[in-house]
Amino acid sequence: MTALFLRDLKLSVRAGGGALIGILFFLTVVAVIPFGVGPDLKLLSRIGPAIVWIGALLACLLGLDRLFQAERDDGSLDLLVMQETPLVLTVLIKCAAHWIATGLPLVIASPLLGLFMNMSETAIAATALTLLVGSPAITFIGAVGAAVAVALPRGGLLVSILVLPLAIPVLIFGVSATYAAVEGPQPFLPPFLILIALTLFFAVLGPAAAALALRNTTD
Amino acid sequence: MTHPFYVFGSYGFAAVMILAIIAWTWIDGRLRRRELAALEASGIRRRSQRAPEGDAK
Amino acid sequence: MSDISPAISRFSDLANPTRFLAFSARLIPWLAAISAILFAIGLYLSFSTEGDYQQGDTVRIMYIHVPAAWLSMMCYTIMSMSAIGTLVWRHPLADVAGKTAAPLGAAFTLIALVTGSLWGKPMWGTYWVWDARLTSVFILFLMYLGLIALNRAMDDPSKAARVASVLTLVGFINIPIIKFSVDWWNTLHQSESIMRLDGPAIDTAFLWPLFIMALAFTLLFFTLHLMAIRNEIWRRRIAAQRRIAARMASREE
Repeated sequence: MTALFLRDLKLSVRAGGGALIGILFFLTVVAVIPFGVGPDLKLLSRIGPAIVWIGALLACLLGLDRLFQAERDDGSLDLLVMQETPLVLTVLIKCAAHWIATGLPLVIASPLLGLFMNMSETAIAATALTLLVGSPAITFIGAVGAAVAVALPRGGLLVSILVLPLAIPVLIFGVSATYAAVEGPQPFLPPFLILIALTLFFAVLGPAAAALALRNTTD
Repeated sequence: MTHPFYVFGSYGFAAVMILAIIAWTWIDGRLRRRELAALEASGIRRRSQRAPEGDAK
Repeated sequence: MSDISPAISRFSDLANPTRFLAFSARLIPWLAAISAILFAIGLYLSFSTEGDYQQGDTVRIMYIHVPAAWLSMMCYTIMSMSAIGTLVWRHPLADVAGKTAAPLGAAFTLIALVTGSLWGKPMWGTYWVWDARLTSVFILFLMYLGLIALNRAMDDPSKAARVASVLTLVGFINIPIIKFSVDWWNTLHQSESIMRLDGPAIDTAFLWPLFIMALAFTLLFFTLHLMAIRNEIWRRRIAAQRRIAARMASREE
């Protein structure tokens, strides 16, 4: 298992991997917003947490079709499916590696982008924390979409369409927790705890469903 | 507080949608039946029906 | 093998497509007739009963909006049961049932969303609000569209069916969220007034048109679903026969 984990990490950090592209896409999306919305600093700081979250969500979705694509291309996907170790565990390890390589850099980059959006320190901290807790959920949900679309010719686009409805609650609670920390009378802890719960829940459901889908697409 | 526009709009939209899916299902069925009949007419039978007749031309 | 009697002795006999076709051919006209009659009665009741003292005539939208919403959730539940039938029991017609229900479910969800929006404008002052109930129903609509897209993206029907079944089951978590969203969150959409432990909170004068229309919608759905399953069986037979014909033609060369 550690071998698979380290291998995935090394692969994604290398040139063809998705880590750098994810961060660049994140950067581009968030940097374009002030051009579209206008330089009004107060407005930017108000929508900042939401924009950073949306950028992270889109960047995560972008990198997801890489989850199984490389294995499928060189045929090792069939080997993985045929292993003795449970496929659910294999998928879980791959998701963990994918998150560390693709999701975690987004979390680390988010404070910088928070500065672009003129967010306060609390806002930046809250956004980074909620992203840290919520982005694994997106990876796990995305694993299901990636597994379903891996056999399709232009599957990458379909992954995003399939995954987005399930990822919306993660976005809702993430942003809600952030805004609660920044402004409001609403407490921070309930949406934050629900976000953690979502990650844990999808940590179970995601790899299980992805394993089931992988078994059924490779025939 | 009557707002007949909204009431008739709702019923109208629902009627259009329902008629559309009824029509689509029904027309799809007619087209399939026509295709099946065309295939039968040109002599291509299902395996289960072809067996007693031998190889149909 | 060539002579399968269309008689049905057990429910599992329906798994055979030929028997199913014969069975549905007898059943569909009756279902269609009964649902047409129920619609007639329901529409008459919808327009002849009095309006609400608070909402006026717009309460009549409830007789379309609520049945459509119930049906959108029931359809997804049926698709989820079909998904289990496909994955667990490999029932031959389960995947057909799941695939054909998706467009119907999407249509009813759209009716629920639009009629709800047209009801919301006079009542709440806005066409749309992102509260928990409306958002989760919108997500349900997106899931229907995603499943339709997925089914169309794959050529092999059995592979498409298994993959779509997995996705259907993952999305089923949305159904209890929709149902309980008005209890768990502070929503603009009103809370449960009918399916409650204490019994309905609506006056019986309104319940009659509502239940008749709900029954009419349900029978309409089953009629269309059976017709759509029939169409899909025919579609697959056509594809199979064309393949056989192509093979025969190439063999003769």
